[in-house]
Amino acid sequence: MRFTLSWLKDHLETSATVDEIAEALTDLGLEVEEVVNPAAKLAPFTIAKVLKAEKHPDADKLRVCQVLTDEGEKTIVCGAPNARAGITVVLAKPGDYVPGLDVTLGIGKIRGVESAGMMCSERELELSDEHNGIIELPEDSLNSEVGCKFTDWLAENRPAAVDPMFHIKITPNRPDALGVRGVARDLAARGLGVLKPLVVETVPGGFACPVAVEIDAGLKEKGCPVFAGRLIRGVKNGPSPAWLQARLIAIGLRPISTLVDVTNFFTYDLNRPLHVFDAAKVQGKVRIVPAQGGEELLALDGKTYTLAPGQMVIVDDKGPESLAGIMGGELSGCDETTVDVFLESAYWDPITIAATGRALKITSDARYRFERGVDPEFTLPGLELATQMVLDLCGGEASEVVVDGAVPDTSRAYRLDPARVISLVGMEIPEAEQRRTLEALGFTFAGDMAAPPSWRPDVQGEADLVEEVARVASLSKLVGKPMPRETTGVPGPILTPAQVREKTARRTIAALGYNECVTYSFIDGAAAAMFGGGSEAMRIENPISSEMTHMRPDLLPGLLAAAARNQARGFADLALFEVGPAFIGGEPGDQVTQATGLLVGARAARDPWGSRRPVDVYDAKADVEAVLAAIGAPARVQINRKLDAWWHPGRSGNIALGPNVLATFGEVHPRVLREMGVKGAAVAFTIRLANIPFPKAKTPTRPALALHDLHAVERDFAFVVDASVEAMTAVNAALGADKALIEAVSVFDAFTGPKAEEQMGAGKKSIALAVRLQPKDKTLTDAEIEAVSAKIVDKVAKATGGSLRK
Amino acid sequence: MNALDELKAKYLGGIAQAGDEAALEELRLAALGKKGEISLKMRELGQMSAEERQTTGAALNVLKSEIDAALRAKKAALADAALDARLAAEWLDVTLPGRPRPAGTIHPVSQVMDEVTAIFADMGFDVAEGPQIESDWYNFDALNIPPEHPARQEFDTFFMARDPADPRPPHVLRTHTSPVQIRAMEAKGAPIRVIAPGRVYRMDMDQTHAPMFHQVEGMAIGRDISMANLKWTLEEFCKAFFEVPNVELRFRASHFPFTEPSAEVDIRCSWEGGQLKIGEGDSWLEILGSGMMQPKVLAAGGIDPNEWQGFAFGMGIDRIAMLKYGIPDLRAFFESDLRWLKHYGFAPLDLPTVFGGLSK
Repeated sequence: MRFTLSWLKDHLETSATVDEIAEALTDLGLEVEEVVNPAAKLAPFTIAKVLKAEKHPDADKLRVCQVLTDEGEKTIVCGAPNARAGITVVLAKPGDYVPGLDVTLGIGKIRGVESAGMMCSERELELSDEHNGIIELPEDSLNSEVGCKFTDWLAENRPAAVDPMFHIKITPNRPDALGVRGVARDLAARGLGVLKPLVVETVPGGFACPVAVEIDAGLKEKGCPVFAGRLIRGVKNGPSPAWLQARLIAIGLRPISTLVDVTNFFTYDLNRPLHVFDAAKVQGKVRIVPAQGGEELLALDGKTYTLAPGQMVIVDDKGPESLAGIMGGELSGCDETTVDVFLESAYWDPITIAATGRALKITSDARYRFERGVDPEFTLPGLELATQMVLDLCGGEASEVVVDGAVPDTSRAYRLDPARVISLVGMEIPEAEQRRTLEALGFTFAGDMAAPPSWRPDVQGEADLVEEVARVASLSKLVGKPMPRETTGVPGPILTPAQVREKTARRTIAALGYNECVTYSFIDGAAAAMFGGGSEAMRIENPISSEMTHMRPDLLPGLLAAAARNQARGFADLALFEVGPAFIGGEPGDQVTQATGLLVGARAARDPWGSRRPVDVYDAKADVEAVLAAIGAPARVQINRKLDAWWHPGRSGNIALGPNVLATFGEVHPRVLREMGVKGAAVAFTIRLANIPFPKAKTPTRPALALHDLHAVERDFAFVVDASVEAMTAVNAALGADKALIEAVSVFDAFTGPKAEEQMGAGKKSIALAVRLQPKDKTLTDAEIEAVSAKIVDKVAKATGGSLRK
Repeated sequence: MNALDELKAKYLGGIAQAGDEAALEELRLAALGKKGEISLKMRELGQMSAEERQTTGAALNVLKSEIDAALRAKKAALADAALDARLAAEWLDVTLPGRPRPAGTIHPVSQVMDEVTAIFADMGFDVAEGPQIESDWYNFDALNIPPEHPARQEFDTFFMARDPADPRPPHVLRTHTSPVQIRAMEAKGAPIRVIAPGRVYRMDMDQTHAPMFHQVEGMAIGRDISMANLKWTLEEFCKAFFEVPNVELRFRASHFPFTEPSAEVDIRCSWEGGQLKIGEGDSWLEILGSGMMQPKVLAAGGIDPNEWQGFAFGMGIDRIAMLKYGIPDLRAFFESDLRWLKHYGFAPLDLPTVFGGLSK
């Protein structure tokens, strides 16, 4: 919303400065985005007088002028045809910035003659497009003496040129502030002036209106409750007067013709959009009807719109003439040939206008206002005021008013509870002040019931009264008031166990050397499909780019894409991770938290110690086990290979408790790497945080530490087994050989590959176990050790189908 | 000089001269060994008179321990010399790098969420969460934004695809963390104090906008919680978060459908030399939107607005992270450029706490 200071003063009697007004507007909730003060850029220019003008010795079109300035007589070379002795001019001196030229003047030599500045045209000062000559000021005008500031002259003689312009942001709840009068009313309520009365006088009709109007019965219910209009015959529609053009230009509108400019003026002045039809181009009755569908209308923006069934449209006997409340039609529009004009003032239902405007993708001042809500009570007064202005500016004679429908009753009232206002706002606002504020805003009281004015459709409850009182009282005066905790003493933990676990996982993974990423929750459809997603339910209807079309089913694709981008920048070795949501469906709650790590390239940079080696599955496994341990996952788990398709089928595993998969680790499937553009080795892990059971009994007490005085005995065993046998099978078998005595079993060697097969036979390998025996009450005898050893060999052989390596 | 003196001179001299342990051993055997000179002299004691034996014996014992001590001293000296020689040869280039120890980083969004959590936890706020694919009702209707409300258009909402056979309005990617207000009220009732940090989504992309970003919602409901309490809470938060002794906030009337009265909150700052300083200067920086909860929103959460009242606010986490840590471009948060992650990331063990401070 834009308006100028002088426009505001049409409605507000005020002596407040531009800064005071701007500050109050922002404080009231009408946030000032910009104040353009044209005087600022014209500040340096002064008034001077040409004493003498002679032809330049070396140029026919240039004149060498002697100019009287506030700094004495100067020589100025000028190319303007009207540069001549005796005229009063506007002077720019060296060092001044000339806005229309976008240059700062220096002392220049023009064809050998030094020039101490320039005399400006209107265009050079951005006053208008006039550039046929330099500005000539009337000699007898006020403030035109040599040395006067040009802005002072303008203020006296052309105030519109130095009229400060305000640009304010209007929140959707304040349609009334989309008219200058609404803004003035807010300022008056704040005490920045007095709202001038708006006098509406009825213009009597001289004849019956020849244009009949009719609203479709259904639309009268919802769409167009009331439609009014009248014919004004014998108008002369030329350019509008200078003051009106200046108003519109100042707020960025283009003057078109008096009739159109009048409608625009009412739109911005009183938030009362109107429409003018050239009555000669309207045939028969004007009807407001729902479109059949398929009708076409060439609108005033020069575009043709095809209507969908039900969209509200104004038609005559020929067909659609106007997109009701949104934009007029080109064919029935007014131009300089218009003699009889039909002036429309209607109240359109906000929801209907919003739906049609959105569907047709038209933005217009009318739609913007009607969908937020104009004052329904002002439909007819607005028509009267506009009629008077048309008559004043274009002449002619007005008909009687035709109306169909009735102004909807929006009357309502809410209780003002002054104590509740004080309690909610936390500011002592006296009751009288609360009432005064609301009355200043147009509310009327019956007892403690406040009825909002018809221009405030947003006021829908007691809370709205509180807001009005608070914002006028000024929230910037609020003083903070301490809010102690609800309980005293040491507060308990506020995070849930799941929240704690997520944070622990994050910091553990980072401590293992991974850099945390936050990647988008949406990825492209192909990547989503590769990771088990990409379904229709997880598709975004209106994605912002083709790379963000589906909710991610897994965190790995985002990290792989990040890895590919980093590789393209020359970073080959990466350790990236993310802890965040993955989506398993399109319903609220179809969301799980994953912690995913990705290692790409080598484990370390080249160094003298040979630390550099490609990452492998056991790096991922070590890291995932460290994270699981840190978040309290059970120590005893199984490893299975019921893998998702994006893992290497032979070099990956699930860490599971029965069917419950806690985590997966391993090499990323080479095909996935190729599709995602990741080069080199890549291993990863994914932890499904919600799948990890919490310990059953939560107690900080640890079990007692059981220490044994007797030395433990360690025995090594090597087994020859089939190459496909998993070490865990052997370890578990060994552990089961004597649960009391065997404290730990670890794998200390795995001998595989061609050399192993050479020694142990095709398809064989060797696994070596270290078994730790912990005697508890007496030292083991050799015989006892032998017996346990034999049991271990027996159990492992049975479980693996292998034998002790000889 | 008698024979013993001669022996003494001979051996002590020899020991002093000895160049290695072998020479020392030879001298020891020659003097103190079974057939060594001193041992032989000891044996001769038996043939002496008692008187003679006494004097000679004593002298011999003195001599024996003198030689023994000299031998030990020399042996230690030789060992020291050998060690010195070895150490001299054992020089390593200690400027070579140590074995690699990987160092990871925490993303600024996570770090700032932890900072925000630490501060609000201290003020008695719990942490609530909610789904990011959200129903139309929770994201809009329950927050007093009915279907045709113009505010709906201003959210640039992402919609999920909707099966034409499904009559429900399409789900949305939550455009703000405010739906968690409703879910938290439903779950816990009043009184309640929660914050809800998390991802939110809007169709917008430029230097200061990304289609995904992070917000933290705050909500406090009680019998007499006022906007003045809101201001104090935010002042305390800003002081703690920006780690400055004083802040000045300005509440500016505004409009949000879910609060009434509503206020945009600006913080006093200076941009001198291109560097942001909170708490001083003549500029104001908008940092969040807030207000008193709309009675309809309380009712939507199952709380009687005639009995309870409260405030709510919503703040951009990425935005306050950018302000606090001087990070220029929002989109870079989500690009995972390793250089960016390392430069703006935080050490894993730098967990922000109220007792230890938020940042180093």
